[in-house]
Amino acid sequence: MATTPRTWIGKDVQRLEDPRLLTGRANYSDDVRLPGMAHAAVLRSPHAHARIVRIDTSRARALSGVFAVITGEDAKELSNPLPAFCAEPVVQYALAVDKVRYAGEAVAAVAAVDRYTAEDAVGLIDVEYAPLPVLTDPIEAMKPGAPKVHDNLPSNLVFEKTLSFGDVVGGFASAERVIRRRLRWHRASAQPLETAGAVCRFNPASGRMDVWSNTNMINYVGWLVANTLKVPASKLNINPMDVGGSFGSKHVLGKVIAIAGMLARRAGRAVKFMEDRVDNLTACENLACDRFYDVELAVGADGIFTGLRIKVVDDYGAYFQFGHGTHGNALAQATGPYRIPGFEYTVQCVLTNKCQQGVFRGAGSDANNFAIERLVDAAAQELGLDRVEIRRRNFIRPDAFPFKMPAGNIYDSGDYPKVLDLALSMTGWDALRKMQAEARAQGRFVGIGLATAQQRSVYGPTEFWFWYDAAGLTSVPESVGLSLGPTGEFIVTMFSPFWGNSPETVVAQSVAEEFGVDPHTVTVTYEDSLHGLPSAGPGGSRMTVMLTGAVVGASRKLKEKMARIAAHVLEAAPEDIVFGANGASVRGASDKVVGYGDIGLKAYWFKLDLPAGMESGLEARHTYDHPYLTPPSADRKDLGSFYPMMGHGAHIPVVEVNPETGQVRILRYVAVHDVGTIVNPKSLRGQIAGGITQGIGMALYEQILYDAEGQPLTGSFMDYLLPTAQEVPRFEIGHVETPSPFTEYGVKGGGEGGRMIAPAALASAVEDALAPLGVTIDELPMTPERLATLVGHARARGR
Amino acid sequence: MKRSVSAIGLTVNGVRHELAVEPRRLLVDCLRDDLGLTGTHIGCEHGVCGTCTVLVDGESVRSCLMLAVQADGATITTVEGLAPDGTLHPLQQAFREAQGLQCGFCTPGMLLLAWELLRDHPSPSEAEIREAISANLCRCTGYQGIVDAIQLAAERHAVTAAAAR
Repeated sequence: MATTPRTWIGKDVQRLEDPRLLTGRANYSDDVRLPGMAHAAVLRSPHAHARIVRIDTSRARALSGVFAVITGEDAKELSNPLPAFCAEPVVQYALAVDKVRYAGEAVAAVAAVDRYTAEDAVGLIDVEYAPLPVLTDPIEAMKPGAPKVHDNLPSNLVFEKTLSFGDVVGGFASAERVIRRRLRWHRASAQPLETAGAVCRFNPASGRMDVWSNTNMINYVGWLVANTLKVPASKLNINPMDVGGSFGSKHVLGKVIAIAGMLARRAGRAVKFMEDRVDNLTACENLACDRFYDVELAVGADGIFTGLRIKVVDDYGAYFQFGHGTHGNALAQATGPYRIPGFEYTVQCVLTNKCQQGVFRGAGSDANNFAIERLVDAAAQELGLDRVEIRRRNFIRPDAFPFKMPAGNIYDSGDYPKVLDLALSMTGWDALRKMQAEARAQGRFVGIGLATAQQRSVYGPTEFWFWYDAAGLTSVPESVGLSLGPTGEFIVTMFSPFWGNSPETVVAQSVAEEFGVDPHTVTVTYEDSLHGLPSAGPGGSRMTVMLTGAVVGASRKLKEKMARIAAHVLEAAPEDIVFGANGASVRGASDKVVGYGDIGLKAYWFKLDLPAGMESGLEARHTYDHPYLTPPSADRKDLGSFYPMMGHGAHIPVVEVNPETGQVRILRYVAVHDVGTIVNPKSLRGQIAGGITQGIGMALYEQILYDAEGQPLTGSFMDYLLPTAQEVPRFEIGHVETPSPFTEYGVKGGGEGGRMIAPAALASAVEDALAPLGVTIDELPMTPERLATLVGHARARGR
Repeated sequence: MKRSVSAIGLTVNGVRHELAVEPRRLLVDCLRDDLGLTGTHIGCEHGVCGTCTVLVDGESVRSCLMLAVQADGATITTVEGLAPDGTLHPLQQAFREAQGLQCGFCTPGMLLLAWELLRDHPSPSEAEIREAISANLCRCTGYQGIVDAIQLAAERHAVTAAAAR
């Protein structure tokens, strides 16, 4: 497909967000200060599983400066359970009721004159617990007769199902060989540098609850949060805040909002609750999937894949907030960039005594990519095929798009060989192989990794429910308002907040593209939820597609009215009016221009200059719905199109492993991504580099750990290790642009690919480095200890 | 129980302040809550992430690991002091051009760390920049934009300095 020449889409425009962020003038949730505002702190359970026998808050209440102390009993009165996207009755209150189900679960909360006093008061709350047996191993927890995390459920195996697509049995029957791997995808955490938090203020006279919180979904989940807070949805107002990073972790934030909201009611004043880092590491909504995979790939003698079986046990922790959504997510691209005619996916969701899962960049597709790419590398090795060659043989061909993958999801467009070729040429693959051979001859363990994987974007909400027989939500809209003011400047209103990326720049570039103006002249604002239009907010790499779609839609509406005004002035027909940098003119006669200032002024304040009957003002609002969502079939043999904007990437890292210490050094990292038309190359490069860095964390450093008693072992940044500038290399990033046929400008989402591909690529690289020892990598993170142990075992086997 | 407070004096971004604070009050809380300088952010409160970095008498300090009373008499620079009238400091301009930021939360601390680095090492190598900024965490950028921004600022400064000679 030829790329359309564009003026502003695709340009390295400097971000509109930056000046306020660079000068310390942003407005994050913790920056909110209201008159009389109190500060909250939370008492957390030291036990992973225990009955709450008695709570005595009298000493805390007696402390000077304390406004309110609440416990689970108060939570039952002041709130409803937190929003959950599951059908099963897994009930969670913001403060534990009757029993605690993980160490770190909130048991009581205090509002006081400052945070210091609140924490003093927390220390004065006496709780008597009766410890219960602790479940930390999902395989044990799902056994019949195991102690139950939730007494109202039949077992800890909260959900179990197999979905099958295409001819799986035939695919395996005809296979020359079946490649089997048992893999582990461990629990990590998003860990944005800004923790989650909320300021709530309740006005008992009007019944209105005002919220200032870094939740990303102010216009999506507001009505659900209102139910939790026991206020009518029309009386809940969530204000858009600057958000200091999310990576999927700030979708709902029901816990922090409910804690601040309940305390605000009890204290009779505004209350701020900001998590500290321990809260965020042990009790937030950002702990990611925690999976045990048994996977099988059926392969013909020629290396052609004929079938895939995925069986996964997922340790959800104590609650089921997002249900099996991350497995719906994985189904969108379960067969990767490969032609695999059929596959089967079995999921077992298990509850244990750990903090609940939430969402983290990749949302389950990261894990699935790891599983597929590990299988593909294993197939190459077992068949004696080159890792590049086996991928080439199985890639979906560039002329096969739009491509319907076996589960029914549509891959919109792609050119996987082109992406791979660019990655290989950027790397200098053959020279690298030579360098590796020389290094090996010197006894060095240098490895070259390869992963070619999908990065789905723009989710459809069916992924949350098609595992069930019943149907659920079908809308994920995003809206903008667009106006031309009386002095001729464009103003865009968004209904989802700044979540740490570049939404203002995206909408300004789109307005610039539509009207020819400089994007830096566009003003971008955010609206609160009481003034909201339907907007689902960030998630599933959707915002660039959805915001450009909404702006183009709003522009079309605005242009219609502007063209009528300009045509009236120029004595021309509205359909002959075109828009450029200076204003409106008649097509082919660009010397006579009506400036945007003239159009604006007339529209607002010169009624008699307007065409007869025209309403004053110039504003358009547009709600852009998911561009390509189709319903799942009743038998769930075809899930429909639900994640069709399918990006792709090829990563080639080069590593050196020290076999004695197990330390991994990344020598080079090449990444080529195709996420359709690029809106802003610089911000996309930043997304890719940041995503790969999180993938490096996943592959080498980051892991959420609990001991056998369910005690969190990673409650600080001294234990949960984020990569620093010294652990990441300079990334070599390349782009291929295969526009999407379904979106405005051909844009796809590019927010998650770095993290979705890097762990698989690095596992491949380390395995390649240690190939002379016959080491296989089935589990991350590849810590020095783990690798040194694997090397030790290999040497003990005589390698 | 009556709380004891201590009288301290701080000069922050050129402005002199007299305050009475509890001895346990963290410098970062004093800056943010007592002085309203919310540009300094709190990331971990245990001294790892460096988000709360400010300059105390010209040296980078984690303001979550320092008590306000320890800063008595000190001269402090926060991010608000880099661009008092809103005109971007050359470092801030370089961060903008090289996209050394995304969500902006770690940025004030990174800027002050970079300011200190360039004062002490006006033309650092990439390895030296990486070593210096590895004191602080960024979860968005993958650091490449930050490294590029500091290099860009250093190059520009070198050109300006050469022109001045």
